[in-house]
Amino acid sequence: MNQTSPNQTEPATADDAIIEIIDMHKWFGEFHVLQNITLKVARKERIVICGPSGSGKSTLIRCINRLEEHQKGRIIVDGIELTNNVKNIEKIRAEVGMVFQHFNLFPHLTILDNLTLGPMWVRKVPRKEAEDAAMHYLEKVQIAEQAKKYPGQLSGGQQQRVAIARSLCMAPKVMLFDEPTSALDPEMIKEVLDVMIDLAREGMTMLVVTHEMGFAKSVAHRVLFMDYGQIVEANTPDEFFDNPQHDRTKLFLSQILQ
Amino acid sequence: MNNERSQTSSVEAVKPPRMRIGVVGWLRANLFSTWYNSLLTLVTLYVLWQVVPPFIRWAFIDSLWTSTGEECQAVDGACWSIIPANIRFIMFGFYTYSEQWRPAIAVVVLVGLLVYSQYRCNWKKRLIYIWLAGLVGMGVLMRGGIFGLTPVESTKWGGLPLTLLLSVFGLTAAYPLGIVLALGRQSRMPAVKSLCVVYIELIRGVPLISLLFMSSVVFPLFLPEGVTVNKILRAQVAIILFTAAYIAEVVRGGLQGMSRGQYEAAESLGLKYHQTMRLIILPQALKIVIPPSVSILISAFKDTSLVVIIALYDLLKTTQSVLGDPRWMGYSPEAYIFLALIYFICCFYMSNFSRKLEHQLDTGR
Repeated sequence: MNQTSPNQTEPATADDAIIEIIDMHKWFGEFHVLQNITLKVARKERIVICGPSGSGKSTLIRCINRLEEHQKGRIIVDGIELTNNVKNIEKIRAEVGMVFQHFNLFPHLTILDNLTLGPMWVRKVPRKEAEDAAMHYLEKVQIAEQAKKYPGQLSGGQQQRVAIARSLCMAPKVMLFDEPTSALDPEMIKEVLDVMIDLAREGMTMLVVTHEMGFAKSVAHRVLFMDYGQIVEANTPDEFFDNPQHDRTKLFLSQILQ
Repeated sequence: MNNERSQTSSVEAVKPPRMRIGVVGWLRANLFSTWYNSLLTLVTLYVLWQVVPPFIRWAFIDSLWTSTGEECQAVDGACWSIIPANIRFIMFGFYTYSEQWRPAIAVVVLVGLLVYSQYRCNWKKRLIYIWLAGLVGMGVLMRGGIFGLTPVESTKWGGLPLTLLLSVFGLTAAYPLGIVLALGRQSRMPAVKSLCVVYIELIRGVPLISLLFMSSVVFPLFLPEGVTVNKILRAQVAIILFTAAYIAEVVRGGLQGMSRGQYEAAESLGLKYHQTMRLIILPQALKIVIPPSVSILISAFKDTSLVVIIALYDLLKTTQSVLGDPRWMGYSPEAYIFLALIYFICCFYMSNFSRKLEHQLDTGR
């Protein structure tokens, strides 16, 4: 990759945590999908979460903006604890951007309207201002010329870039990425990763579930390996890839980095 | 440049052979492609030959358009004279004869409003005010009592204004109610959910006729003495309640067609429930269900003619009354064909509009 390493922006110290997860558990029926999760994410920290499918990685980040409900333990985002309080949930969701595997753009709205919807209805920003901000972010993901089109007219990679821009329009404090490149054709993965690397360079706090190990190596401060609903190992990318501690991590890495 | 030219010439080369196009080619391909297709074509032509010329002779050549009932008996053809001779009663029923210009204007205003509202560029806040003004205007025209207009009791209303009134307001009120019921049926609150389920299933479980009877016969029994509710209003409410239950089920189908991802994307932006529904889910879900909802609206429009059984003089009933007149007895085909034509125009307009709307709302997903 032809840019300076994003790793130069250092995260704040750990006691300035933006996300704090303490002894969190979640069950799907009888199935114990997340067990004993404890995780502190510092401001500006970038974490990549990997692991075999069904290990609970997506569920973990979906708990952070309450798309899934945890049943035990605590999750505190930017000083607000996630409970059944709907007001708090909405407040946290406005501060936490989410990018989905399948983009989930609103197909009945133009690209521009997709981007201005959140700011206008949640943040009560006037239309003109919201549109200016939207165009700014569209230029940033290099797709401004498509503003008047509908999502159905764009390629997968373009749609995912729009989805990232849509989240950015809310000026989030944290961005969650749930396998953002898994549904893309190989030739479109790079354009999305480049946007994410740009974002990292600007100091965005990011939690990324992905199988792109190259991305993890160059961007992450920490790599988390999950298996059977637990965080098995968490380490810096260098340590994680060169010197994995756990047997399950070694097995996973040997399978993924043939 | 060279490359382009060779491409165009190769495109020309794959044009269909001459034999397959033109009138002869079309006939051969569509009507006489096989021996049984040829047979079917010949049989159809024979049937048409037997049916169409006699109908044309009856309807147009031997027919009378402006005559009295007695003159009609002398001819074999259709007696269309029944329509112009009775048009004012068919259209306006027992509405005070000298005042019938008022419902006529009201109908024109209503149709004008409907035509105006069909263009999406007019869908602004202003439209609501225009409709409110139009409704007040129509109400004043129909009822009278102010501005020096003679009051006309609603019991005298009938014909086309009544049919349009019952259907337009029945449909416009039923649609939002149906949406609310559909959302209620999806609710996580058990009380709301079961209330909606019970309502929908109860209403769908009975015929419209029984609802109309209940509104006209049973409902007044529960009112305290001296209190009466206008009969037209009661029928209107029955139609709204009935149609809403069907709309609700159609809309629920559309809601279930929405992917989980749309809800999640909206929620993760921090939108509230009602915003998610109004801005993201309903616009898409309602677009999906345009064809089935229009079917329901069309059948509801035709079902308004059932109000004859509670003695409201809608278009069907006024036409029937004319046929009861001894001077015009026996010309029911002509009268009913005329009636069918009015209903057909309205229904065809609705389905045409829905197709246009579907096309306009298509964003290519």
